[in-house]
This record gives sequence, C-alpha cells and structure tokens, in this order.
Amino acid sequence: MARIRSFPLVAWLLLACGTLVMASPIYWMLATALRPRAEVFAAQPSLWPSRLVWSNIGAVFTQYPTLQWLANTATIAVIAVAITVTINLACGYAFAKFRFPGRDVLFFLILSALMIPIQVILVPEFLVVSWFGLLNTNWGVILPRCAEAFGIFMTRQFMLSLPDELIEAGRLDGAGELQIFWRIVLPLSRPLIAVLVVFTFMWRWNDFAWPLVVLTDQQHFTIQQGLNLLKGDPNPNWPHIMSLALISIAPMLAIFVACQRFIVQGVANTGLK
Amino acid sequence: MPYIFIAPNLLLFSLFMLFPLCYAMFISLHDWDLVGDTSFAGLANYSRLVTDPLFWTALRQTLLYAGGAVPASLALGMLAAVGLNQRMPGRIFMRSIFFMPVVVSGVATAVIASWLFNDNYGVINALLERAGLSRVNWLSSPSWALPSLIITTLWLRVGFCMIIYLAALQSIPRTYYEAARIDGASALQQFIHITWPLLRPATFLLLIINVIYSFHVFDLVFVMTGGGPGFSTTVLVQYIFNLAFASSEMGYASAMGIALYALILAFTVLQWLAGRRSEVAMGGG
Repeated sequence: MARIRSFPLVAWLLLACGTLVMASPIYWMLATALRPRAEVFAAQPSLWPSRLVWSNIGAVFTQYPTLQWLANTATIAVIAVAITVTINLACGYAFAKFRFPGRDVLFFLILSALMIPIQVILVPEFLVVSWFGLLNTNWGVILPRCAEAFGIFMTRQFMLSLPDELIEAGRLDGAGELQIFWRIVLPLSRPLIAVLVVFTFMWRWNDFAWPLVVLTDQQHFTIQQGLNLLKGDPNPNWPHIMSLALISIAPMLAIFVACQRFIVQGVANTGLK
Repeated sequence: MPYIFIAPNLLLFSLFMLFPLCYAMFISLHDWDLVGDTSFAGLANYSRLVTDPLFWTALRQTLLYAGGAVPASLALGMLAAVGLNQRMPGRIFMRSIFFMPVVVSGVATAVIASWLFNDNYGVINALLERAGLSRVNWLSSPSWALPSLIITTLWLRVGFCMIIYLAALQSIPRTYYEAARIDGASALQQFIHITWPLLRPATFLLLIINVIYSFHVFDLVFVMTGGGPGFSTTVLVQYIFNLAFASSEMGYASAMGIALYALILAFTVLQWLAGRRSEVAMGGG
C-alpha cells in the first residue's frame, strides 16, 4: 500500500483503463470465437458467451484448408529463418571484424537499400520472381526477403563488441576462417541469434503483402491469406473468422510470452519493426 | 576472405533488391502490361501522375493517415512510457499488455478491428448505443473509414513507441531528478525541463520510423476497407497494388512506386537534417 501512495492513484487508474482498452480486442476475439453463431447477431451482445462452443475451432479445421495454410506458413517461416539468420550473421560478422576495400560503402549501400519497403518495388519483384518460375512456390516468398537489414545491422553492432583477441588466437592456432566463425564466434553470439530467430520468424509468419502477390492458389496460401479469404466472404461467419484469427495469433502470443525479453531488446536496440 | 562471408547475402540482395529497384525505374519509362507488347513511353507515366486526380487523392489520404496516426501514437506511447516507468503495482503486466500487439499481424488486427467496428453487430456501436449515443457507420461511410483505420493503427503502434521511450527514459540518470527535486521543481516542471528534452532523440527516431510505416501502410487498409468505400481510404500502396494487379498497368504502377520511394527518402533526409540542426543548436546553446 505504501507503493500505491507514492504514485498518484489517478495516473494508476488511467493506465489501468489503457491496459483494459489494449486487451479488449483480444478478449472480444476470444469471446466471439467461442460464441454460438446466432448470438453474434444480437444488437446488444453479452459480455460473456451464453455457452462456450469449442466446436467452432474444430470446424475451422474441417471446413477450410486451415491445416494446409498453417503448414505452408510454418514451412516458409522455418526455412526463411534458417537462411536469413545464417547469411545475416556471416555478413554482419564480415562488416564488424574485417577490413577490406569498399567495406563502408558497401555497408551503407546495403543498409540504405534494404530500408526500401517491399511495397515500393512490388511490380519488379513480382516480375523477377515469375522469371525464375517461383510464383505459387514457397521459395518465391522466402528468397526475396532473406537479405534483411535488421539482421545485418544487429549482427554488426553485436560483433563489434566481441574481442579481436579471440579471433587472433584462433588464427594463431591455425584454424581456418570458417572454423573460427563456427567454433569461436557463433557460440559467443547465442543471445544475438535468439533475437534474430525470434524476429525473423515473427515477420515471416505475419507477412501479408508479399505472399499475396506470389501465392494466388488457395492451396499455397499462408495463414494470413486464409484469414483474409474468410473475412472476404460476402456472408462472413464471424465465430469462424475469430477462431481462425485466434489460431493465427496463438503461436505469436506463445512466442511473446516465452521470449518477451528478446523482443523488447531487439526493438529497443534497433528501433526496427 | 571476408567476401566469402558477404557473398550469399550480397547475391540475394543484388538479385531481389538492387536489381528490382533499378528495374522499377526502367519499367516506369514504358507502357507495360503483363500480356501485350511493351513500348517506350518516356516520362509519360510520370506526367500522368501529375494529372491523375486519383493519385492526388491517394497521396492526400496517405498524408492524412500519417498526420493522424503518427502524432497520436507518439503522444500515447510517451504517456504510457512515462507512467509505466514509475514504480507501481502491476506495472510489468501493464507494459506487457501495451506491448503485446507488436507480435500480432496486420491481417489479424484488421480482421478483429473489422468485427469491432462492424456497423450492425460490432461491439463499439453497441457500447455507443448503451451510452446513449448514436451508432456510427465506421467502415461503410467515407468520412469515418479513415479514422477507423487510424484508431486501429494506434492499437498496433502505441506499445512499440512505448518500448522505445522506456529505453530512453531508463538512460536518464536519476540524479537529474533528485537535483531538480532538491531545487523544488514540481513533477510537471521536471517533465518539461528534464524528461521532454532528453526524450527528443527517441521522439525523432520514432517520428521517422512511424512516418515511413504510415507511407507504406497496406495490410490494414487492404483487409479492413480495400481502399473504400469509394476511394475514401485508397492510400498510395493500395492504389499501386490495384494498378499493378487489378488493371495490369505495370509501367504506371512502377512510376508511382518510384514516387513513393522518393517521398520516403526525402522525408528521411529532411528529418535527418532537421534533427542534426537542432542538436547543433542545443550543443551551441
């Protein structure tokens, strides 16, 4: 109670109201997902569903290719994480620990060009991907997004603080450059790798604009596209839509609960999202 | 040797970023649809931009969207950060709830918001009615659709701003506040003379990030309104998308993409210069 007194009660109440407002859309999604369908058409809906219809969630799996969409999204996200994190770590390491001609120019060029939102180059990117025959494939979604600025930038920052002596010691012991990277640098970079994995996975899971352009066949849709498809129905089934929204958000919320520390750190360090 | 480490990244970067950017400029100089012939058009696509009323509408709506969403998310983010930087019961929990939307996709946000804002069965209208106010046609009236999008954006962005501000607040030495308190400064005076100026770099960073985000907003608009009703929420990226993938006008769409890129770039440079000047002025003063 002493703590409450040291902080104005009015401010605490305002923040508590703010928290309530921020949490309410997620609550309403849950409440709608588990409601009987007839109940959503009430002019004054009850705060709590009259009974919990868990079968709404099951119905989403049987009536739509939800499992397929989840599998597509997971495949894309996992492969994208593996490639993106690996090549970004290597690239950021080179920028942090080697001197070579053109390094700073190249770093600036990559970073500034990578700040281009993909929305700006949708047309040429679409044409490039279609030349390679990658339309309606997972690779068409994955490859264009692998050279992430975020990863290169964060890796360089992190590795600048690794002591050069460790790398020198490795060289004196006769280790090859790739061995040094693999045996010495990467084991020291675990916290960094965790941040990169979490963010890359989250971005690829949540992507919409780019998959929308590349994947036009419903069997190849990501979960976000599936959600958009259900919402676009002229006679929308809101409990089903909210159930699918719940299914699409659940893995992200789990990651958020488990890795909040890394996510906060990633955002605070780079200001990128 | 370092080139081996850079090569994979550089290859994908050149293929899927640098080349498309240059290619966009090339396409923008042509009449280009996906099936027929392409022909050189010079700057025709760019002069069409100037005379296309829908381009100006889309530009105006993009700026209105940014003008509404950016200052509000910065202000609310700062308020939440200053509040939740104090010791109080439940602070960790409240921070988590504010920050949570950062992991939620634009599509899921848009779908949930569409349901909350639904004209007939949405909970927001039900609450308005219960409070004795009249219902609002949020997403189906041209005057309310853009505000609905802005409100939804706030839900998505406030926590992000809060985290950046919290990090900045935590780097302010406690001794500043102690000294001010000894000098008899009120809480408001402490905010005006210590917190506000020392948060300026964070505000500046957030301003750039959020403006760029607003300029290329797409997921929310596409899913919630599709640019409508009418063209009342057609922002630039939505218009580019329609041109490219609905009416197959690749040349004109590319020209508009380049224009949008120029806008983002110009704004970044402008902000950067302004930020530097104010830092110099502060250092000199």
